[in-house]
Order: sequence, then structure tokens, then C-alpha cells
Amino acid sequence: MSTTVIPEMPGQEIPAESRVNYLNASYGVKSWLLTTDHKRIALLYLGSITLMFFVGGFFAVLMRLHLIEPQGALVAPETYNKLFTMHGVIMVFFFLVPSIPATLGNFLVPMMIGARDLAFPRLNLLSWYIYVIGAAFTLYAVISGGVDTGWTFYTPYSSTFSHTSVIPTALGVFITGFSSILTGLNFVVTIHKMRAPGLTWFRLPLFIWAMYATSIIFILGTPVIAITLFLLGLERLLHIGIFDPAIGGDPILFQHMFWFYSHPAVYIMILPGMGVMSELITCFSRKRIFGYTFVAFSSLAIAIISFLVWGHHMFVTGQSIYAGLIFSVLSFLVAIPSAVKVFNWTATLYKGSISYDAPMLYALGFIGLFTMGGLTGLFLASLATDVHLSGTYFIVAHFHYIMVGGAVMAYLGGIHFWWPKITGRMYPDGWARFAALVIFVGFNLTFFPQFVLGYLGMPRRYAVYPGEFQVLNVMSSAGASILGIGYLIPLIYLLWSIRYGPIAGPNPWGAKGLEWETPSPPPTENFEEIPVVREDAYNYANVGGSRG
Amino acid sequence: MADMAVHGAHPPGFKHQFEDMDQQRAAASLGMWVFLVTEVMFFGGLFATYIIYRALYLPAFETGSRLLNVKFGAANTAVLHGSSLTMALAIHAAQDGKKKSEQVMYLVLTMILGAIFLFLKFNFEWRADYHEHLIPGFHFIIRPEWSAAGPHVPLFFCFYFFMTGLHALHMIIGFGILATLTVMAHRGRFNSEYYAPLEVSGLYWHFVDIVWIFLFPLLYLIGGRFAMPGVH
Repeated sequence: MSTTVIPEMPGQEIPAESRVNYLNASYGVKSWLLTTDHKRIALLYLGSITLMFFVGGFFAVLMRLHLIEPQGALVAPETYNKLFTMHGVIMVFFFLVPSIPATLGNFLVPMMIGARDLAFPRLNLLSWYIYVIGAAFTLYAVISGGVDTGWTFYTPYSSTFSHTSVIPTALGVFITGFSSILTGLNFVVTIHKMRAPGLTWFRLPLFIWAMYATSIIFILGTPVIAITLFLLGLERLLHIGIFDPAIGGDPILFQHMFWFYSHPAVYIMILPGMGVMSELITCFSRKRIFGYTFVAFSSLAIAIISFLVWGHHMFVTGQSIYAGLIFSVLSFLVAIPSAVKVFNWTATLYKGSISYDAPMLYALGFIGLFTMGGLTGLFLASLATDVHLSGTYFIVAHFHYIMVGGAVMAYLGGIHFWWPKITGRMYPDGWARFAALVIFVGFNLTFFPQFVLGYLGMPRRYAVYPGEFQVLNVMSSAGASILGIGYLIPLIYLLWSIRYGPIAGPNPWGAKGLEWETPSPPPTENFEEIPVVREDAYNYANVGGSRG
Repeated sequence: MADMAVHGAHPPGFKHQFEDMDQQRAAASLGMWVFLVTEVMFFGGLFATYIIYRALYLPAFETGSRLLNVKFGAANTAVLHGSSLTMALAIHAAQDGKKKSEQVMYLVLTMILGAIFLFLKFNFEWRADYHEHLIPGFHFIIRPEWSAAGPHVPLFFCFYFFMTGLHALHMIIGFGILATLTVMAHRGRFNSEYYAPLEVSGLYWHFVDIVWIFLFPLLYLIGGRFAMPGVH
């Protein structure tokens, strides 16, 4: 290594460009594609999932354009089926599931616990390659004519009747699952074994608790969807009667196995967002989190209960009514730890010195949108109302409030919060606040009308609809175009800021946490010396007095 | 190179992200245990499906099971247990600081036993099944004498080949790991200080053995062949 060491002058900050950090430690494509640095792998993931996000978003835009007219304005009904399927598959498996864990998690877990890297850096790189191979299979399925089963791959349609690229898509999802498993494994081992001296479990940032809970779901749930998709592929190839009722198979069994993973997967999407939230809320209200242990354990409670509620997806598909009853009660239970979090964030805001920086705007948006998504979830956990609402746009609106209003808002908030740490540069704050507002408005205009549509009885996954639903559909489509623009603005100014943004310095927000005690961008080894932790998380009481 | 400069000299096999060898060994061990949890869930989904259909179509599954060669299954159970023993002995040889030739010997023995298992499975059992048209998707022929058992005998064979095939795949992967370990042991990489690769690979190998302990009775012994008089 022939790097020039610049002697540090007292009182003079070294320009970010001249200091050796993880971005300029080595150059060239090979230094990125063969890196084992968790921070570089996080950026590889960031690039890939951003690409998948815009591919999935493109399908959503086409759908909303199509639904401007009751008879459908754009595509044939068969094509519409493929649009919603590919939108769902790509957004769920290739954006939402890896979004926060693989980018912010990869970047932050070692930094927040004071480690030099994850426990298994090469495994971490392997997980990115597995993700890329899985994504390639799925994109191949898109190009080779698409797939029309819905992201749920329900049998026997998927195993027997669909004439589209089911197997390449399922194979892509199957392969990508192993990247999640490896990420989860890496996080669990790292959090258990590699915490800095003095960093006890109850001094950990809540983001780490959330990552830990998410990893448990990765580890326990993902193998089951893998084996389920494998059986699906087997059934489709050999027609031996595993899931096809015509030849003695059990299609309900497929749904049980599918949702055994895919319901916990919903919490894979939202738990990391909740972890980001605890960091944002405390930093921008300059307060300790209200009820640390409650927030920490509520993450674990959500992870555990999430494995016991899958049957609420099957109230009307033929499972026993008694099973439905029990699943209904268990589903209500999830509301408790979720509500604990919302109440504790709100209580943290109380009498805080709140500042409305861009990440905080996303965080405040999250609280409102997640609460709406969560409360409407209770409608669907109730057996009787679910019979009316199941399979309608109410469901679509509900889970988009959780996954877009919740997970994506938290993801964007987190990206904005840690962007100065990742790149060493600030983005234009005015544009960032403006984009946060555009996204909030666009989101609500897109999805609130869908609650009404669903309540009035408009079924999901239909390419046409009765004329009286047109006004609400046009509102939703208008909102989607605003939302689309809202997502493009950050893409532009964040890319701009990499080169032209002002130098951020190690801790632009005055935030607590080990990741802020090292330069921005951090050196490859993260810390010059492994830090020793002597205080609890979010000890904002002694940061720069009061700002309010 | 930069790592060495920062942390100074470390024993061979030490990875820069860890503080010391103890931390590295603990991380490797926990990592393998967590991986085995994912494997349990992976096989668990398959076993659950198998058990559901075995309950639904018991006569068909018993008919299918009676067509398996229980002698080879039993012999393979013994062979695989033996390989678990030699694997454990290889780890102990390293832990106790024995000569590298002893480590290599036990590893090679483990590989030989693993190879015998796969040879018996593929060359005798699966080949015979192929000639008797019992492999779904490869000219499977439904025999008239199965009519009493219902139409689901092929489903049993589907599970049989899928489950034992997945198990064999794990063994083949294990074979590759063992080959790598043998080369490392031959180069004298393992001693009483550093043996984590042996230890975690041993965990994996034992896991594959344990899966077989479940597969053997579930697949080979359900046909009522060894039922007591009056029972069944």
C-alpha cells in the first residue's frame, strides 16, 4: 500500500478527499466486485436494489396508467396480470426484503457495535452475488414473457395452468432467499460475538435489536419458502400431485407453507424500518428513547409472534374455521408490540427539542402512515370483516401503507440520515425536505382512495372495473405519478451530492452512536482503535446542551 | 498487507476482523450452528409435507416403502455413523495436537465411508429403481398390483428421491469440504490452537448424519415389514 499519510495539523480539518477512507482506499472495478468490506458491499446492494426498485416501480406506473379508464387504457388483461405479478415479485423479494438489512444494515451493524467488519466478510460478498444471480433469473423471466400468477404463486394455477415463466421466477426467488439467509446468519453471529468492550445488550442501539429480530426471521422463515418453491417447481415439472387437487394434492398446504414464510416476511420489511425510526426520533428530538427495554423486546416479540399468524391470509380459502379463530386472536396480539413502539416514539417526542431535518420528516411520516396501516390490519385480522374486505383494494391499500408508507419511508429516512456518513457529503437540505413532502402527499393520494375502493367492493388484480369507481381510480393514478416524481428527486440530488455536496464532517447531526465517532466516510477498518463504550444508547442529555 | 501492519503478527488462519483467536473460534462455531438451524427449517418443511401425505395416503406410501431395499438402507446407516465417528476422531486428533498424518488418516477414512454410502445409494439402490421404472419423470410405470393402495405410489417415490437426493447433495458438498480439509491438514494448518474449520465442518457432517437417521425409518421402515403380530 503506497498511500501518502498527511500529518494532522491542530485545529485544521483534513479535507475528506485526501484522507484514506473505504471509498478511495483502492480503485477499479475489481476492487469493488471482489471487496469483502461490509461498507462497499452495502453500496453494491444499494445500487442493485435501487435498480430493482425502479424496475418494480415502472410496472406499478403502467398499472396505474391502465386503470385510468374503467375498460383499461393501456394493456390487454393478460398483460395486466403480468404487470401486477412482476411488480409484486420484484418489490417484495428484490427490494423490500433486502432493502434496509442489506444496505443500511450491512453498513451500520459493524459500525454501531464497534467492530471492524461482519464476522464473515466473504460470506457477505457471496450473499450479494447470490442476490444478483436470483435477480438475473427473475429479470430473465420478465424478458421471456413475464409471469402472471401473482406474487403469491398460488397452486394449482401456478403449478398446472399458467403458461408463463413460473419456473424461472420461482427459481430467482428461491436463489435470492439464500442471500437473505446468509445476511441474517452474519448479523446474528456479529451481534453476539463482536460487540465492542462495554457494549452490553442493553446499551445497543435499537437499530441493532431490530436487525437481530429481522435476522431471526431470515433464518427461520426463508428456508421454508425455499423448500416450498422447490416443491412447486417439482409439481409443475412432474405433475405428481403435491399441490394440484385434481390429482390428489392439497393446494391449501401450499398456502400454509407459503404464508409460513411470507407473513413473517412482512415483518422482515417493517422491523428494520422500526429500527431506523428509533435512531431518527431520538436524534432529532434530542432525547433518550422512552422505554428502551420495551422497544427492544417489542422487536423480538414481533419476530416471534409473526410466525404464529400466517393463517389470517387464509380465512376465506378453506382452512378450518377453528384454525381461523385462533389465527385471528394471534393476529390481534401483534398489534401490542407494534403499538408499544408507536407510543414510545410519540412519548420520546414529548418535550423533545425537535428539529425538522429531512430524515425527521420521513420519520414523522412513518408514524402516521404506519399507524394507519396497522389499524386497518386489525380490520383484516377480524374474521367477519375480513370476509368482506378480503381480496379487495382495501388489502392493497393496507399493505402499501405498511410497506411503502412504513418500510420505504423509513428506508428513505435512513438513507438521508446516514448519507453523510456513507459518502462524506451533505445533500441539499431544501430539496430533501421538499421531496419528503412530495412523497408523503403522493403516497396518500395514491393509496387512501384504495381503502375506499376496497370498502366499496372493488376487487384487486382486475384489469377492468365498473364506471362508478373511476373518480377514485383517477385520484389514485394521479397520486402515483406524484409519488413517482417524489422518488426521482432524491435519486437526482443524492447522486449530485456525491460529487458536489458540501463536506459533511464526522457527525453533522450531533447524533449519538459509535458510527458517528469515526470520520466520514469511515476508514476501511471503521475505527482507528476499537472504541470502549461507557454509556447507554441515546445519551442525548449531555450533547451540546439544549437546542430548543 | 495493511491489516498486518495495523494488528501486528497473528497466528496463521487469523482473520483481521476479529480481536483474537477465541473470538474467531466462537464466531465460527455459532455461525455453523445458526446455519444448521436454517438447514433444520429447510428439511423441516420437506419432512412436514412428507408426513402430511403419508397420513393422507398411508397404503400407497407403505406399498412404495416395501419396494425399497432395506438392506442397503441399513448398511448405509451403519456406514454413515462410522463416518461420523472418524470425523470426530479427526477433530480430536487436531485438538490434542496429534501429528498431521493422523488427522489426514481420519479425514480420508471419513471420505471413504462417505463414498461408500453414495456408491451403495446410487449404484445399487437408484440404479435398480431406474431399471424397475420407479423414478417419477423417467418412464415411471404404475403396476397393477398397486391398485388397492390407490394412485399415490408415485408421490411416495417423488418424496423418496427428493429427500434422499437432497441428503446426497449435502453429502457431496460435505465431500468437497472434507477434501479441502484434508489438503489443509496435510499442510499442517491445524493444531491445538487452530482447528475451527475442522470443528464446524464436523458439525455439518454430523447434521447430515442425523438427517439420515430420520430419513431411514420414515422412508424404509413404514411398510409394516417388521410389524409385530397383532399390531398394524
